[in-house]
Amino acid sequence: MIALELKALDKSFGGLRVTRGINFEVPAGERRLIIGPNGAGKTTLFNLITGEIRADAGAIRLFEREITGMAAWRRTHLGLARTYQIITLFPRDTLLHNVTLALLGLSPLRWNPLLPLRSQAALRESAERALARVGLDHLGNRPLAETSYGERRRVEIAMALAQSPKLLLLDEPFAGLSLEERREVQKLLASIPRDVTIVMIEHDMDVALDFAERITLLHFGEVIVEGTRSEVVNDKRTREVYLGE
Amino acid sequence: MIARGAAALAALLLLATVPLWVANGFYVNIVSQILIYAILALSLNVLVGYGGLVSLGHAGLLGVAAYAVAWLLSRGAGQLESAAVALVLTLAVSAIYAVLSLRATGIGFLMITLSLGQILWGTAYRWISLTNGDNGISVPARPMPFGLSLASATGFYYFTLIVFLMAIASMTLFVRSPLGTSLRGARDQARRMAALGFNVWLIRFLAFLFSGFWSGVSGLLYCYYQQFVSPQMMALPASAEALLMVISGGTGTLLGPVAGAALVVVMKNVASAYIERWNLVLGAIFVAIIIFMPEGLVPGSTRLWRWAFGQIGRPPPAPAAAKEPAP
Amino acid sequence: MTLWITLAVNSIALGGLLFLLSAGFSLIFGLMRIPNLTHGSFFMLGAYFGVFFLGQGLNFWVAALASGALMAAIGALIERLLLRQLAGRELAQVLLTLGLSFIVADLCLMIWKGDPIPIEQPPELRGFLPIGIVVFPKFRLAVVLVAAVVAAALWLLLDRTRLGAMIRAGVDDAEIARVMGIRVSRLFTLVFALGAGLAGFAGVMGGPILSVYPGLDIDMLPLALIVVILGGTGSLLGALVGSFIVGFLYNFGPALFPELAYVILFLPMLAVLVIRPQGLFGRHAP
Repeated sequence: MIALELKALDKSFGGLRVTRGINFEVPAGERRLIIGPNGAGKTTLFNLITGEIRADAGAIRLFEREITGMAAWRRTHLGLARTYQIITLFPRDTLLHNVTLALLGLSPLRWNPLLPLRSQAALRESAERALARVGLDHLGNRPLAETSYGERRRVEIAMALAQSPKLLLLDEPFAGLSLEERREVQKLLASIPRDVTIVMIEHDMDVALDFAERITLLHFGEVIVEGTRSEVVNDKRTREVYLGE
Repeated sequence: MIARGAAALAALLLLATVPLWVANGFYVNIVSQILIYAILALSLNVLVGYGGLVSLGHAGLLGVAAYAVAWLLSRGAGQLESAAVALVLTLAVSAIYAVLSLRATGIGFLMITLSLGQILWGTAYRWISLTNGDNGISVPARPMPFGLSLASATGFYYFTLIVFLMAIASMTLFVRSPLGTSLRGARDQARRMAALGFNVWLIRFLAFLFSGFWSGVSGLLYCYYQQFVSPQMMALPASAEALLMVISGGTGTLLGPVAGAALVVVMKNVASAYIERWNLVLGAIFVAIIIFMPEGLVPGSTRLWRWAFGQIGRPPPAPAAAKEPAP
Repeated sequence: MTLWITLAVNSIALGGLLFLLSAGFSLIFGLMRIPNLTHGSFFMLGAYFGVFFLGQGLNFWVAALASGALMAAIGALIERLLLRQLAGRELAQVLLTLGLSFIVADLCLMIWKGDPIPIEQPPELRGFLPIGIVVFPKFRLAVVLVAAVVAAALWLLLDRTRLGAMIRAGVDDAEIARVMGIRVSRLFTLVFALGAGLAGFAGVMGGPILSVYPGLDIDMLPLALIVVILGGTGSLLGALVGSFIVGFLYNFGPALFPELAYVILFLPMLAVLVIRPQGLFGRHAP
């Protein structure tokens, strides 16, 4: 089963073509890494996959289901979850509240206009478990604004995992983390079972290369090289892209 | 927690005994008006404060309900039926408001709601065969729930108080509920909420219906109170005043819109006897709040209180626990 | 037949007047990205100033220009002292202009009381001028001509001067303009003052047609809004076209569909906001 398939995907902003005819396939269970210099269009690709922006042309299939025109919120219900490069969580709310929102998004409870959210014990326990998974349960009642950057990054991951995704998109999960924190996140990612497919964007090569089974190199919105770790690392085009053409 | 509960109880006692300690019928009526407008302000705040959507057309929704019930009553329909039809009609109009205005946010939303309010006002003003235009519609009598008369100031006050308490209860439930929480989430990070699986449009649509319902209720009460409706109640200044109430009182709390409503009603009816230029004072207060206390009077004055207490030597509220070192 | 001709004449005159009112509104909206809800008040206050100046014995045209200048100064003060405090917070700025409209309205009521005050047509423009089969009231013709002159002057300003180029750049994209070294905050003050001045001038010009009364601001503001939304924010051509469309809707609407007159007036605005927010000639949605 192909978890994610992109066919001839195109996107332009004004006159600038940021995604050019991308073809991309990730089989279920794989750990895929997307690399490329700044401006290569990596985050845009994620935004196209999650539906936050609409493609100009091409098709997107999630677990062999056509989702090209589907609203973003619907895609989440199909098992898609993602973390963001820039933290866009809810700073004035507690960590527990942030994670609870992630859980609520997929729960039929979210339409209830009567019951107090606080009283939903099951939801609260799931949120605590999700935070525990990233080692932050002791900070559950801390407002997000009063946590460190590394902690916030881990909250992002907790929220994405809380949604029990089938396809997890991680946008630079290691950015700005200390060495210790990186090791923690690495362990965390390694512990994610195989029924979750993971696609990651990363700049930190050491950590990322460790994680990746296959690597896709993007540049100027196009796929330049794709293959296993050693294939991509040894490909001369990779060197060209990173050392200048 | 206990302090809050005690304060709420005290407020309830105060409100429940108003006719006893308030000077005369005129002032009891003032409190009734405050409660009616408080319901309107609370309903508007669902969108403005919790939804982040500023509407300048909400007087239109109040007007639809008021006109509907007035029209039906003046043609001999029963009280209960009239009220029910009026509220259903208001919900339908709210749905139209929502579908059109939710195509935008921010200033676009404001202008769409403004034009909708103007269309409703213009219809009331010009569709004379339907609404009697500027001459308005008189309502023969106030309802008599369970046979009790609402003709007196006191009687009407208690009726209004009960409805007001129901509104507060409803708002409290909504705000704490998953739907209310999702609405606030969508206000703060709409994109993120969508990515988390929330249908932001539908959440806002439902919030609009909820808001419209209570605006309609305030319209009913207004009609029963005045026993008269006219296009003025839906004109632009009316919507502006409603917004003024919400913003001056503060959008982040339930008490805020109530305080704002009290401010405006008192200024209009009571202060106008002493301060001739109440409109100017109101406008000036509004401008001052926007510039100096953008979060509104209630949170702003709470902030001032805390600052004042801090100055008197009490230790300031403990700063949030120091950041723990990264593990 | 004569009814339609009269309506057409009135429509054109109103169109001219609305252009004087809305051109400034459009520029303010286009550059500062806010619908200036005090604009109707500027119109009314300018008209009252006109009453004052005329009462001092000034000539109609001088009074109109003086009112415009005074309103421009007031506009500049409002922008510098108040609006600038809220730089970047457009919604708060809109609400501020709303609050100001309350203040201005009440000040006018306080000073000039509640009775409508007519403004006399300037003596040289009393009477009618036959043009073909149409008999144009001279004053209304003058209003249209003045509007045309102002339109030409504004177009020259925007299209042929450096200042105009800066304004256009700001309307296009204020952020980029700032980065390119244009003193956008100075432009804000200038454009707001210009808008206020034009509105005040328009108020006096409109005096003989509408007279001056409390509530004039509430009557005019929605019209300016419709014009600018229809025509597109920041577009002079849009303001021109929109003004005449609204002028015709305002006069023919009640004649053709008396009960739905206001619906006819606001429906186009609603339709534009919902379907094509940038209007006929605008660059951005509001």
